[in-house]
Amino acid sequence: MPELLNLLLVIVLLFNFLMLGTSRLRAVIDAAAAQGILLGVAYLAMHGASGFRALALGVAMIGIKGVLIPRILRDALRSQGIRREVEPFVSFTTSLLLGALATGLSVVFARTLPLAAEDANVLLIPASLATQLTGFIVLTTRRKALTQVVGYLTLENGIFIFGLTLIEAMPFLVEAGVLLDVLVGVFVMGIVVDHISREFSSIDSDELTELRE
Amino acid sequence: MNALLVAVAAPLAFALVAFATPSERVRPWLLPAAALCQLPLVGFLLASAGTPAAGDWIGLDPLGALLLGYLSVLFACCAFYAPPYLRLRRERPNRVFCTMLLVFFAMMNFFLVSQHVGLMWVTIEAMALCAGPLLYFNRNRRSIEATWKYLLIGSVGIALALLGSFFLGYSALHAGLESSLVLGDVTLHAAGLSKPWLHAAFVLLLIGYGTKMGLAPMHTWKPDAYGEAPGLVGALLAGGATSCAFVGVLRFYSVCVAAGDGAFARELMLGFGLLSMAVGGVFMVRQRDYKRMLAYSSVEHMGILVLGAAIGGAGLFGALLHVLGNGFAKGVLFLSAANIHRAFGSKSTDDVRGALRVVPASATLFLLGFLAATGAPPFGPFLSEFTILRAAVADDRFGVAGAFLALLLLVFIGMGATVLAVVQGDPPDPERDAGRGRPDLEPGRGRPDLAPGRARPGGERLQKLAPIAVLLVLVLLLGVWVPEPLATALWSAARFVEGSP
Repeated sequence: MPELLNLLLVIVLLFNFLMLGTSRLRAVIDAAAAQGILLGVAYLAMHGASGFRALALGVAMIGIKGVLIPRILRDALRSQGIRREVEPFVSFTTSLLLGALATGLSVVFARTLPLAAEDANVLLIPASLATQLTGFIVLTTRRKALTQVVGYLTLENGIFIFGLTLIEAMPFLVEAGVLLDVLVGVFVMGIVVDHISREFSSIDSDELTELRE
Repeated sequence: MNALLVAVAAPLAFALVAFATPSERVRPWLLPAAALCQLPLVGFLLASAGTPAAGDWIGLDPLGALLLGYLSVLFACCAFYAPPYLRLRRERPNRVFCTMLLVFFAMMNFFLVSQHVGLMWVTIEAMALCAGPLLYFNRNRRSIEATWKYLLIGSVGIALALLGSFFLGYSALHAGLESSLVLGDVTLHAAGLSKPWLHAAFVLLLIGYGTKMGLAPMHTWKPDAYGEAPGLVGALLAGGATSCAFVGVLRFYSVCVAAGDGAFARELMLGFGLLSMAVGGVFMVRQRDYKRMLAYSSVEHMGILVLGAAIGGAGLFGALLHVLGNGFAKGVLFLSAANIHRAFGSKSTDDVRGALRVVPASATLFLLGFLAATGAPPFGPFLSEFTILRAAVADDRFGVAGAFLALLLLVFIGMGATVLAVVQGDPPDPERDAGRGRPDLEPGRGRPDLAPGRARPGGERLQKLAPIAVLLVLVLLLGVWVPEPLATALWSAARFVEGSP
């Protein structure tokens, strides 16, 4: 079981790099979707056998994070007719390097953490930290509002990886609630992004500068 | 099903009705109807509900009880302001607005009765998502920018709170305890929690819920959101949502206290408190947009809340009293500011002068609200701020007490200058003032109903003044007479947080 989990987590980390290194918005969305699917599979692998509810939740997770949310984002993308992230605040090469640094530091840092015995030899904690940091890099260095939504989603994915360590404490209803909140959140943000592009004829969030001191 | 969930279900039911109601004129009246339904309901729940048993997801701790009662009063006042406000905005469909306002209210109640850390997270995030469409009511460039910042900053902050919640669960797991995220269980086993994880959890939870409160330096969404929000949404955000987030902070603080780590948490809260007061105070000086000024005032008051909690004992009592005083005072300020905004068509002191002569009643309420919010006697905030100050001095923290006083003075001067500029002087004369004013500060853009530079006297309707007057009476009452049941509720909430029932 740890081998499968580690394999899934390594692929999640690879998608982090894809997200950081590409300028194509479609690919960024696809990377986040792939992460969502992988995490749903990881959830099923760890807990799917424990009952119908866990099974349903895992499938719902794959459906929402892997299919539904990416569809919302792709629709928003299509309606705006943009393809690429242009001129991010930090170049793609630099953000890749930052991502590599973040991943390395996460692995080193996770070793120093006091972990429960069963979590010490799987990649859960470092993968969680690295994915969160990737989310933060995307959130802070990209101009397009849509990419920032993906950054938020990646941050949430990273937090979810940590949550895999304590499924017992998170009851079914709460997990479902978190998932629903993320879905509605992305849905609302998708609408807002759409309105931004109508009002400002671009979705560069750095054009949102009317409100300031 | 827990009886407490009725307090959530009732507004939700009204939200459904509001969504199904076809008439734009009838729909807004569902808000006061829901509020009138909620008041006796909450009164009954407060009288009958006992303390939550260990393991209960839904329960009413003394903290939740205090805020639940307060929130239904605040909501009632705002709800009665809504129909006359929405009647003036007839050009805009209000279906989404009314529905979301009721769901927003339901989620605040849900948060207060949640005893599960995960459920608290779900409800506070749901609260933010409902507030998004409310902020976007005016549908112009400025409001979309405000909504975007509110959603993104709020979501990222609250994501960190989710991580903190997980850390809290992990601190039990790591210590070999049964991992549970029900507050009662966590507090019960708090002494055995793994310390490093608990510390990390509290930092993240304070940052996450602090973002929702609008503590500096996570306050950056606040001026934009409050500046662009319709007055009654601003009042509910500043008085309701932020107070709920403060309840969240206090609940986690109480876990820290139970774990014997109160000192660590207090240091952090003290730092955030003083920083927020300073940031709020500094940005209020020479602030020309009087709605943004209210946002910075809210940042400052959130600072006072965590500062009072950090001082502890009577300071915490003062902070809880301040939640009520600040909420009602913010209600007065936001709603009267909305009336002034409407009369002048601008929210900049460049265009707004002489409000006392144009809209005398609203301007008087605005002025009195300012006095209440800055802690002038005999209003409630004076009593609570004085209590916090006295607790700081009694605790021999003279540095903190001195900084607290100095910052209050800064706020009084800074806020006073803007407020006086709004209410005093001669109303602007469009011919004489032609060409004045900065176009980028003209909030009337995209709002055909608002024409800046032209004061429209009269039109002050009793319906739009009475709710504000009620709020003012409440904040005044808090200052002169705290009724016995309220004092008991405040003390039991304070003792509950500090774990000495």
